[in-house]
Amino acid sequence: MSTPALGAAAVPPSAAPASPAPDDGAAPDESPVLRATGLTRHFPVRGRRAAVVHAVDGVDLEIHRGEVVALVGESGSGKSTVARLLAQLMPRTAGGLELHGRDATVRGRRAFRAYCRRVQMIFQDPFGSLNPVHTVRYTLSRSVRIHQGRLRGAELDAAIRRVLERVHLSPTDRYIDKFPHELSGGQRQRVAIARALAADPEVLLADEPISMLDVSIRLGILNLLQDLRDRLDIAILYITHDIASARYFADRTAVMYAGRVVESGDSESVTQDPKHPYTQLLIGSAPDPDDLAARARGARGEAPSLVDPPAGCRFNPRCPVAADVCRTETPALIEVAEGRRVACWGYSDRPDRPRVGDEGGTR
Amino acid sequence: MTASTLHVPTAGPGAGDPVLEIENLSVDYGYTDDATHVLRDVSLTLHRGEVLGLAGESGCGKSTLAYAAMRLLPPPGLITSGSVHFTDRDGTRTDVLRQSDAELRASRWQDMSVVFQGAMNSLNPVFRIGRQIADGILAHRPRTTRKEALEQAAGLLEMVGINADRARDYPHQLSGGMRQRVMIAMALALDPQVLIMDEPTTALDVVMQRQIVEEIADLRERLGFSVVFITHDVSLLIEIADRIAIMYAGDVVEDARAQDVYRRPRHPYSSALLHSFPPLRGERRELTGIPGAPPDMQRMPPGCPFAPRCAHTTDVCREVRPALGPTALADRGEQEAARRVACHLHDAAAGRGGGSLPAGLAR
Repeated sequence: MSTPALGAAAVPPSAAPASPAPDDGAAPDESPVLRATGLTRHFPVRGRRAAVVHAVDGVDLEIHRGEVVALVGESGSGKSTVARLLAQLMPRTAGGLELHGRDATVRGRRAFRAYCRRVQMIFQDPFGSLNPVHTVRYTLSRSVRIHQGRLRGAELDAAIRRVLERVHLSPTDRYIDKFPHELSGGQRQRVAIARALAADPEVLLADEPISMLDVSIRLGILNLLQDLRDRLDIAILYITHDIASARYFADRTAVMYAGRVVESGDSESVTQDPKHPYTQLLIGSAPDPDDLAARARGARGEAPSLVDPPAGCRFNPRCPVAADVCRTETPALIEVAEGRRVACWGYSDRPDRPRVGDEGGTR
Repeated sequence: MTASTLHVPTAGPGAGDPVLEIENLSVDYGYTDDATHVLRDVSLTLHRGEVLGLAGESGCGKSTLAYAAMRLLPPPGLITSGSVHFTDRDGTRTDVLRQSDAELRASRWQDMSVVFQGAMNSLNPVFRIGRQIADGILAHRPRTTRKEALEQAAGLLEMVGINADRARDYPHQLSGGMRQRVMIAMALALDPQVLIMDEPTTALDVVMQRQIVEEIADLRERLGFSVVFITHDVSLLIEIADRIAIMYAGDVVEDARAQDVYRRPRHPYSSALLHSFPPLRGERRELTGIPGAPPDMQRMPPGCPFAPRCAHTTDVCREVRPALGPTALADRGEQEAARRVACHLHDAAAGRGGGSLPAGLAR
């Protein structure tokens, strides 16, 4: 299911000036920083023996240096579970995880700490992720001292101010001795990002970093993350349910539905020319003031139960073009264009394939 | 059902007459001298059969305004001045703020009903949904028998697209979207004339949001009620609302037809808010968001509340609070004359054909 070839087309033009030139085939940057293959996580159902929630099933993901990959899906599609699996905050049911081509599975605290130094996570809710009884200085000093060695006094102070400046919280005097409740939502999220940056990570897993923030300051956080990617060459996984922000911010986008990736490719073509019927429905459902007539109408149904997911393609009960093969066999990701992959039988060369076209959802 | 039909006010007796008039309403949180003034002299009129959108960031007072109009403010919320008038179908005009408790109890739900924020969690988990709807009917129409009320409840569920068999389900057996529909069915149980919807789709994904919005538009067409739709998603509002009032820090800063707000914003904040959402279609462009953060309502600066974040601030903006009035371009025609904006730029440019307005606000 995993094709390393995806990497070649993975760096879109917008990232090119900042990231090292990917044309040299022998360059070490060519290999992904973080790669997950067949990532699977099942949760047991209480009270029902042998029943499991298929939260994530066989997800392949690659993130390269200086690249933003967006993972888009509705609530319950398993996108946050993927982030937690990548951060190794919970064990995988199956699948492999590689950091720079080497198996990264951690066993024991020491290995987990070392992994954390390289892969950091930002959580959705900056109101909950910062301890309210500690100042910004204390919160950041914990992270700095864990990841940058046992600094003290002036050195520690300088290191804290450095990370604050990185997230544009300057002059630092104004923020360093504040408690979280004295900061606005956007400033709090910046402190949370600063805490992650103190480890000088290679990968940043951002789980809906802007969903809890006021609309007017969301863009500020996205632009900050974009700036960090450009300056520090961090690989960022951006998890969101807002596909428009994925288009704005991410180089590549993967769309998840019911625990599986159904479509991936560069953000611009995924959003402008969606191939999978689910992506077409998703794009067609987004409000668009410019084009009121072209909305998807009569969208029905909801995401399936993940305890007994539908056989075959998990989207088949809602799919307008589903054929028999969709109800029996699971489609793999098929490469339909350079860097574009779709898990839909409509793009296979089987004789009994369903006919996917423009009528697929965005009429 | 197409989007264009949503913008046609329902024909019928009294269509277009005011049904809810809010005049100079002020609301404080707290009873002492240092109370926070969350609404300051807000005036707004809802017409019969109209969808009025209230947009703004969190904490700008949009929910407070709607709840104050229904006298649903929880303590320490206190209406300090102003009036709210409700006009019945037969033309009787009542002052909502002067109603006795018994009158208020009889008119709530019957005349005006609410779909609360986080409606998914506002159902009682220990009662079947059919009974919860029937309870409201029985309380207001004591002559109905329990059996009739339950039948009506089943009919209401069918109306919002839920199978009547589900009336015997408990809330936890329904998905988020279905619970939201139950809340809408409940709000419509007594055929109200005004429906206040407080962020009814915020917790739902876009596909479900599309279904709910279509449902509301369809029902409004059939039943002819007026809607106050509260959300921070301006692009969604432009699609479903006839008129939009943009709020900032407890003031209405702009009040105009939905398409006008979108195509020709007149207030710098509306313009900035519209440019805070990355577009899903069309050209990809760099977005800046709005610098700074919303003001602290407890320490409001004198003058225009948006002045610290505005690109066109002048001395007068920092000292005098602008009032809601006609735009500088009011001589451009009837539509323009009906618009209201609270901005000193327009006061200064009035009578000069808007010559001194910044280009973005004079389209």
